[in-house]
Amino acid sequence: MRGFLVLRVVAKLLMPFMLLFALYVQFHGDFSPGGGFQAGVIFAATVIFYALIFGLPAARQLVPEALVETMVALGVLVYAGVGVAGLLLGGNYLDYFVLAHSPVHGQERGIFWVEVGVAITVSGVMLKIFYMFAGRQRSAEDE
Amino acid sequence: MAALTLGIALQRNLYAVVVLSGVYSFLMATALVALDAVDVAMTEASVGAGVSTVLLLGALYLCGGEEAKPLTRPWLPLVIALVIAGALVYGTLGLPAFSDPMAPIHTHVVPRYLHDALKETGVPNVVTAVLASYRGYDTLGETTVVFTAGAGVIALLRRIRRRKDGEQEAP
Repeated sequence: MRGFLVLRVVAKLLMPFMLLFALYVQFHGDFSPGGGFQAGVIFAATVIFYALIFGLPAARQLVPEALVETMVALGVLVYAGVGVAGLLLGGNYLDYFVLAHSPVHGQERGIFWVEVGVAITVSGVMLKIFYMFAGRQRSAEDE
Repeated sequence: MAALTLGIALQRNLYAVVVLSGVYSFLMATALVALDAVDVAMTEASVGAGVSTVLLLGALYLCGGEEAKPLTRPWLPLVIALVIAGALVYGTLGLPAFSDPMAPIHTHVVPRYLHDALKETGVPNVVTAVLASYRGYDTLGETTVVFTAGAGVIALLRRIRRRKDGEQEAP
């Protein structure tokens, strides 16, 4: 896609807004539709969009493979870690009431971190699957 | 949507199938918005129409875009599918009428969620409250399923690549 100037410029213009929308869906998910899963997918879609326009190596530079693989596991760990934090603070597993001074704040905090975990894992898995498919595509081209 | 499904089933060119299923996903998302399930519609639009279309196109690039002609006419699967579809439609006859306020689903835990979710969790979006708090275990399981899917894809595709490097020793 070297020659498509319009595509490249429009992609560069659009990407900040896509990332911003992902963050909005993530952090405004308490008040409006959205949440971790949707935000993770939108983030992954942004990077996939970048990879489609600028090529896979550029995307791999932007979001390295090692980071993606870490994200796949990190999200589940964050989610499970919220549960363990509840245990350590004297509640049940995945009990958010004990995470802050008042139960309602504890709930908000727990939901926030749980959504963060979901978003990290979902975007990591989506990106990893895309990298896997696209990487094979490139090796098929080489042959 | 029914016409789209027929088109997908009859179409032999797989690129057209991918595009049609993307259209189907968008229509599905529109239907979900009409049903006031905006969260699900968002997911359907981004995953069904966006990411999975790209992934399917990537897969098609690897394996070619024409569907092979079936060797025999698949009558038996057609009959089985029709029987199961008939059973499912028969099952829907026993469901409560659409948006019936006295349906069991609306009288069990839903009133508590709708009335107390804001008070108990401080989160105005009830969907988020139910997903992350009341049904926290389920969502943890879902996240683990997503993680497992990613791990499975990594395991499968890595092995293929290594086999290719190893001069095709495996059959």
